[in-house]
Amino acid sequence: MRREPPRALADYAPLFFPALMLIVFFVVPFSIMIAVSFFKRNPAGFYTPDFVFDNYARFLTTFFGSVLGFSLLLAILVAVCCVVIAFPFTYLLTKRSRAVQTVWLVGLLSVLSLSEVIIGFAWSTLFSRTAGITNLFVAIGLMKEPVALLPSFWAVLTGMVYQALPYTILVLYPALVRLDPTLLEAARTLGASPVRAFFNVVTPALRNTIVATLIMVFVFALGSYLLPQILGRPSNWTLSVLITDQAIYQSNMPFAAAMAVFLVLISLALVGLTLLAGRKESAL
Amino acid sequence: MPGLSINSITKRFGDFAAVDDISLSVPDGKFVCLLGPSGCGKTTLLRMIAGLEEPTGGAIVLDGDDITRVPTHKRNLGMVFQSLALFPHLTVGENIAYALRIRGASKEEQRKRVDELLAMIHLPDFANRPVAKLSGGQRQRVAIARALALSPKLFLLDEPLSALDAKLREAMQVELRQLQQRLGITTIVVTHDQREAMTMADLVVVMGKGKILQAASPIEIYRKPADAFVADFIGITNLLPAETDKAGRTTVLGAAVPGVALPSGSAKATISIRPEDIHFSKPGAGAIPGTVSFVRDLGGTVETFVEAGGTTIVAVATPRERPNVSVGQAIGVVLPPESCVVLQP
Ligand SMILES: Nc1ncnc2c1ncn2[C@@H]1O[C@H](COP(=O)(O)OP(=O)(O)O)[C@@H](O)[C@H]1O
Ligand SMILES: [Mg+2]
Repeated sequence: MRREPPRALADYAPLFFPALMLIVFFVVPFSIMIAVSFFKRNPAGFYTPDFVFDNYARFLTTFFGSVLGFSLLLAILVAVCCVVIAFPFTYLLTKRSRAVQTVWLVGLLSVLSLSEVIIGFAWSTLFSRTAGITNLFVAIGLMKEPVALLPSFWAVLTGMVYQALPYTILVLYPALVRLDPTLLEAARTLGASPVRAFFNVVTPALRNTIVATLIMVFVFALGSYLLPQILGRPSNWTLSVLITDQAIYQSNMPFAAAMAVFLVLISLALVGLTLLAGRKESAL
Repeated sequence: MPGLSINSITKRFGDFAAVDDISLSVPDGKFVCLLGPSGCGKTTLLRMIAGLEEPTGGAIVLDGDDITRVPTHKRNLGMVFQSLALFPHLTVGENIAYALRIRGASKEEQRKRVDELLAMIHLPDFANRPVAKLSGGQRQRVAIARALALSPKLFLLDEPLSALDAKLREAMQVELRQLQQRLGITTIVVTHDQREAMTMADLVVVMGKGKILQAASPIEIYRKPADAFVADFIGITNLLPAETDKAGRTTVLGAAVPGVALPSGSAKATISIRPEDIHFSKPGAGAIPGTVSFVRDLGGTVETFVEAGGTTIVAVATPRERPNVSVGQAIGVVLPPESCVVLQP
């Protein structure tokens, strides 16, 4: 359907409200943050307006560099794990009856209602030595004695994947439901086993959806700052943890703002690169 | 025995039998059309032959081997889906080569076979086009070529032409039939269009409510329909009540049709007579008395509608033998006995 291009100013009227919201709740705070990132810290109070690069300069140390690297890697790993688990799961889910699908989706939605804190403490209990799942393994004879599985990198990863998985499934679900089931059947009549057909046909047909989902989970995981603290060692802390720490506990707003701006820029760059790579591939 | 044989195959979805105890034997190299109204189980039957649906009971035997439990990808068949199901992320050439790629054919082999198939479907030099850029008819051909890439034993098509416009559809019907005869491949096509079935098939299988109503050659189905449903479904027909009068003669709407015998023991039956078999005469003289209610002159054919004994009788003639009648005229309708088919009740 083609629409008339807007002519009079009044034709833009429906855009006023969303534009206002965007400006008030996104553009203004973000601009303030960028401005603050160039301010000078005032140890006695808050900060004083200025234009210095100290906050960014402080950033260029191996310590912050490695934290940034770790944060990005962790977010990428969470995104990949989530998609690898959620994609086949969601695909199989769409093959079930309506009733079964509804039950699963409602269950997943209820996981979404859990806050990061609850998820964090639930997993910290599950991974503890005294009350954790290793007791179960001992009971069924898989292990000699219970051990503590946290704090550790794997505990952080598990918690974050658990938190992001429902989002991943709910994002993938509409695309997989709409996928023409005869594509897979066609591949089977052409001699492909069901598993092979899945990788040959379903995965590439949904490549754009998969890339979009990876980016979404990546960004989502980048913002996680409670789970790394509850489930991980200090070496597993992400940049978001440091930002929170600087902003709230050290009262160093300018530095926190600088880190946040930097994180946003790096994420945008990564997302842009991913999209660019996808564009190039599909142009072939 | 070479060919496909379907032995009392049944498919139930819950309590509902979509395919109900169907047996059918398709000789090697024949072209079969499964014909019937929507929802009668044609697709389900085809999908069971393809192995995409598991039969509730019965067996499918191909060239003497029971393939009922053989998974689809080991059946060596080609199938064209109603949606065509072309792989959107692959080019025309890659789509056609997919089956060869699965078999591990070399790049060179794949390219050669793709060129062969593209020539066969009259789309040379299309190998590198994305499938999204094709027209409806071209997509159709690509789907056919892809299904035939490995020269399968069995070629299955589910309403392959239903998405095309009328003109293109008729052309494709002829082309598909010619292709099948050239390759000599056993082919089963699902359709709900009787013209399509008549154009292409060696054997037309008319289905209704999960059962086979009649399986015969197109001309036999047309000339000797087994029951009122088949007669009505295949082409246009007049279904008229026939009865035996006191003198023992068979009469239709009050006029005697000598030489037409009703099944023994029944005094009433329905006969089917095709519009092109009906003649007109002066009223009386053993003809059914009627009044012309409408004349439709289509140029190529002339259809005359006659009200007689509470029903409408349709007669078709070519302009050359055009009946000289006008609306409101009283005429006699003559049913040649050799064209009357007494239907099973
Ligand atoms: N997977 C299914 N589950 C339940 N009912 C089905 C399923 N597939 C087909 N049916 C039913 O079986 C009947 C025959 O369907 P189908 O073979 O597609 O008919 P046709 O192809 O002749 O139009 C229809 O009434 C349809 O609703
Ligand atoms: Mg169908």
